[in-house]
Amino acid sequence: MIVQAFAFYLFAGILLTSALMVITARNPVHSVLFLILAFFNAAGLFVLLGAEFIAMILVIVYVGAVAVLFLFVVMMLDIDFANLRKGGMQYVPLGIIIGSILLFELVAIYSYWAFAPDVSQNLDMPLSSFGDLQNAEALGMVLYTDYIFAFQMSGLILFVAMVGSIVLTLRKRPNIRKQIVSSQHARKASDVLEVKKVTSGTGG
Amino acid sequence: MEFITEFILWGWSFWLVRTVAFTLLVVGGILLSVAYMTYAERKVLGAMQRRQGPMLVGPFGLLQPIADGIKLFSKETIIPSGAHRVVFLLAPMLLFALSLVAWVVIPFDKGWVLANINVGILYLFAISSMGVYGVVMAGWASNSRYAFLGGMRSAAQMISYEVSMGLIIVCVLLVTGSLNLQEIVLADRPLWVQILLFPMFIVFLVSILAETNRTPFDLPEGESEITGGFMVEYSAMTYALFFLGEYANMILMSAMTTILFLGGWLPPFGMSSLDFVPGIVWFALKTALILFFFIWARATLPRFRYDQLMRLGWKVFLPLTLFWVVLMAGILMSFNALPNQAVHVNPVKEVAQVVEETIKIIEENVEEVIEKIEKIENNNTENNSEEIEGGVQGNE
Repeated sequence: MIVQAFAFYLFAGILLTSALMVITARNPVHSVLFLILAFFNAAGLFVLLGAEFIAMILVIVYVGAVAVLFLFVVMMLDIDFANLRKGGMQYVPLGIIIGSILLFELVAIYSYWAFAPDVSQNLDMPLSSFGDLQNAEALGMVLYTDYIFAFQMSGLILFVAMVGSIVLTLRKRPNIRKQIVSSQHARKASDVLEVKKVTSGTGG
Repeated sequence: MEFITEFILWGWSFWLVRTVAFTLLVVGGILLSVAYMTYAERKVLGAMQRRQGPMLVGPFGLLQPIADGIKLFSKETIIPSGAHRVVFLLAPMLLFALSLVAWVVIPFDKGWVLANINVGILYLFAISSMGVYGVVMAGWASNSRYAFLGGMRSAAQMISYEVSMGLIIVCVLLVTGSLNLQEIVLADRPLWVQILLFPMFIVFLVSILAETNRTPFDLPEGESEITGGFMVEYSAMTYALFFLGEYANMILMSAMTTILFLGGWLPPFGMSSLDFVPGIVWFALKTALILFFFIWARATLPRFRYDQLMRLGWKVFLPLTLFWVVLMAGILMSFNALPNQAVHVNPVKEVAQVVEETIKIIEENVEEVIEKIEKIENNNTENNSEEIEGGVQGNE
């Protein structure tokens, strides 16, 4: 238990620190790198909870794919941050007003906060009915049976988003030269080559 | 009470000692294999190009990798003045650490594994997908155009090929029904399943070439266009870490292929007469076979152009592997051969049985069948003659 507690505080500490660094770092690339560290530590917390499947998917999807694209975009951006920061102070009063409203709402909600009576049982083992099934199996049992409609709908939404982004970025460039492999393969030497006999002394 | 706590502490420390010892053994083994992988590469390349390769340091040049290592250790580390110091130094360390961390889940023999976790294959996939950060960070922090271009190319390349690699892993998981690497090795695979998996094995081999930035997909470090790619500003120890990490990754990918497709530590072709050979020998031999393929490809193939690389990844491998996942799932489902259905059947036998039964039924009712066939034939001829007449009229 001591090891687990130690690991928890380590992961949680690094997670919070790096999350703070994401918004305070001056260099946007450093921000993204801290974001990646935060993702990674969140995965560590999932492992401690016994949700190793979610942890691995978090690393594969967010760290391995999404954050790489973030990094890609941020590195390519050419923003003069010193210039951007100059007029920053004029928005401070507005920021304070919005922040205090949000804080007030949070406090108001928290004062009426109550837990359902049987929630403590669910905390131990959310899927108690699955016994000693592994993570991936238990997830599959729920996802593809009870929640198949929600699962399919989320897939459909992602598909629409994908089609939308392709439609937005697709542009036809007629002047560009592209390699068409099949037409290259279909070309025969006899169509494009002609062997001529040149008698000596007449060529050139 | 004191006795119990002492006993627990003793047991825990014993576990700790054992784990640390095994870790050191694995890390030492990997580093040694990396050193002699470079030696093997130079020797094999030499043999393929009709020259001798390293011959001068030690007998047959066997001490050459150690001499190279000492040279890299003793050189001066140069950090370019415009570079981001921390990120610049962090990048090679990250790449090297990741290439070693992945080995904790690799089973070298039955039970010879540091962490026998349930999601082993996902862990491997996650760690290998993080390798791209070392390259991108190095490219960005070097403050050099060549390095930046190399880093960008590498990021795009690794993401593209990871997609098809993931789908190939799904194909294997459909057969094994477990994410645990030991169970993947031990899963029951009849011959027809292995034949079904074979095309995916080939695609996986090509994908790991791209994933480890090796020839013919070594665009991130293409010498002739962007000098050294993301490694161009690195020297001495930082360069050595990149080098070690890259070769350790190659060995890791070979081990992964061995586990997924070649049966890990089991003797080849299920020959139980070869059981007396320790499993780790088979594991090492199979891994070495894939590594030879890496070197062989390097000696044989010219470098791909960037658009050709992207076309192969997105327009060929991705549709092919996606189709294969659906195909395999369908075939395994229809022959009740999915791992959790527990009934393993041979589809060839199944089909033969169906054919046999049909023949038997036909033989038993020969007269009826003949009558029916005649009826159908009569109908057909009538229809055909009508159609022909119609056609002739239409032409007139």
